[in-house]
Amino acid sequence: MSQDSEIAIHHQHEHEAHAHVGEHVHRDDMGSKMGMWLFLFTEVLLFGGMFILYAAYRFTYSDAYKVAAEHLDTYIGTINTIILLASSCAVVLGIVALQRKNKGLCLGFLWFTQLCGAAFMVNKYFEWTHKIELGIYPKGPALADMSEGEVVFFGLYYVMTGLHGLHIIVGMIFIGTVMVMIQKNKLTHDNYQKLENAGLYWHLVDIIWIFLFPLFYLIH
Amino acid sequence: METDIHKVEEHEAHSHGYGVYVLVFFGLLALTAVTVSVAGINLGSLTLTVALLIATIKTCLVANYFMHVKFESPIFKVFIAVCIVIFATMIGLTFFDLIFRTP
Repeated sequence: MSQDSEIAIHHQHEHEAHAHVGEHVHRDDMGSKMGMWLFLFTEVLLFGGMFILYAAYRFTYSDAYKVAAEHLDTYIGTINTIILLASSCAVVLGIVALQRKNKGLCLGFLWFTQLCGAAFMVNKYFEWTHKIELGIYPKGPALADMSEGEVVFFGLYYVMTGLHGLHIIVGMIFIGTVMVMIQKNKLTHDNYQKLENAGLYWHLVDIIWIFLFPLFYLIH
Repeated sequence: METDIHKVEEHEAHSHGYGVYVLVFFGLLALTAVTVSVAGINLGSLTLTVALLIATIKTCLVANYFMHVKFESPIFKVFIAVCIVIFATMIGLTFFDLIFRTP
């Protein structure tokens, strides 16, 4: 065993010993937050790659995009935008509530976020099933009659909103886990970085939708 | 030193109020209303620019207030700037290829 790792273990024991006494618990909120942001950047580049694909094909098939976008329901898109904005606001209000030692209100806000996430997915379900009924799906009858550009548009639509929907589900699980920790008093008014990280994730998913919405639903 | 104290105070003042966040939420709703109604007007080639501009303003609001970037230490802002520059470079180079490509 190298000297360095021995020292590291020694430090770890020191921290543990302190933790038992209750004098000092090692917690690095700043590091935790930085780690979360670094993860968010990888998410940005994941979606970024698809946004580049979207942009490049929009440049090539600008007219086909307009025709294909007619099939999308601006009304549902707008409702879903409002739902996500409200859910994001609720998360950040939940953090304020926890800072003010109001656990009940905090959990209330987070329940509202969960409700919004579920509502978003239900809307998405109806939206997708409606399209599939119309025959717009890979190798579907409606898609066979469409131009190359329209097929590309719907391919991107399904992949990008699908991946975004997956992120909503992950975000709901993340927030749900944090809710359990708050319920068990593992997260409190002076120890809420995990709630903040869950919030950061949720807000990023919201930001991605802020771009998806006009790029898919508002082309005329 | 004084500025540090000022920063801390500012942080406290902003991160502890429900009001600011509700206000930002209404701002975001207003911008959504604008982007939806503007989409109905035929602005030609400007349509995409306007849509992206509004989306960027909305993103700045969400990042600065909901994600607390405004009150974070400078290192986070540097991180974000680097991420944006990388993404802009990727998009720029892709279009540089696309525009000058002969079919």
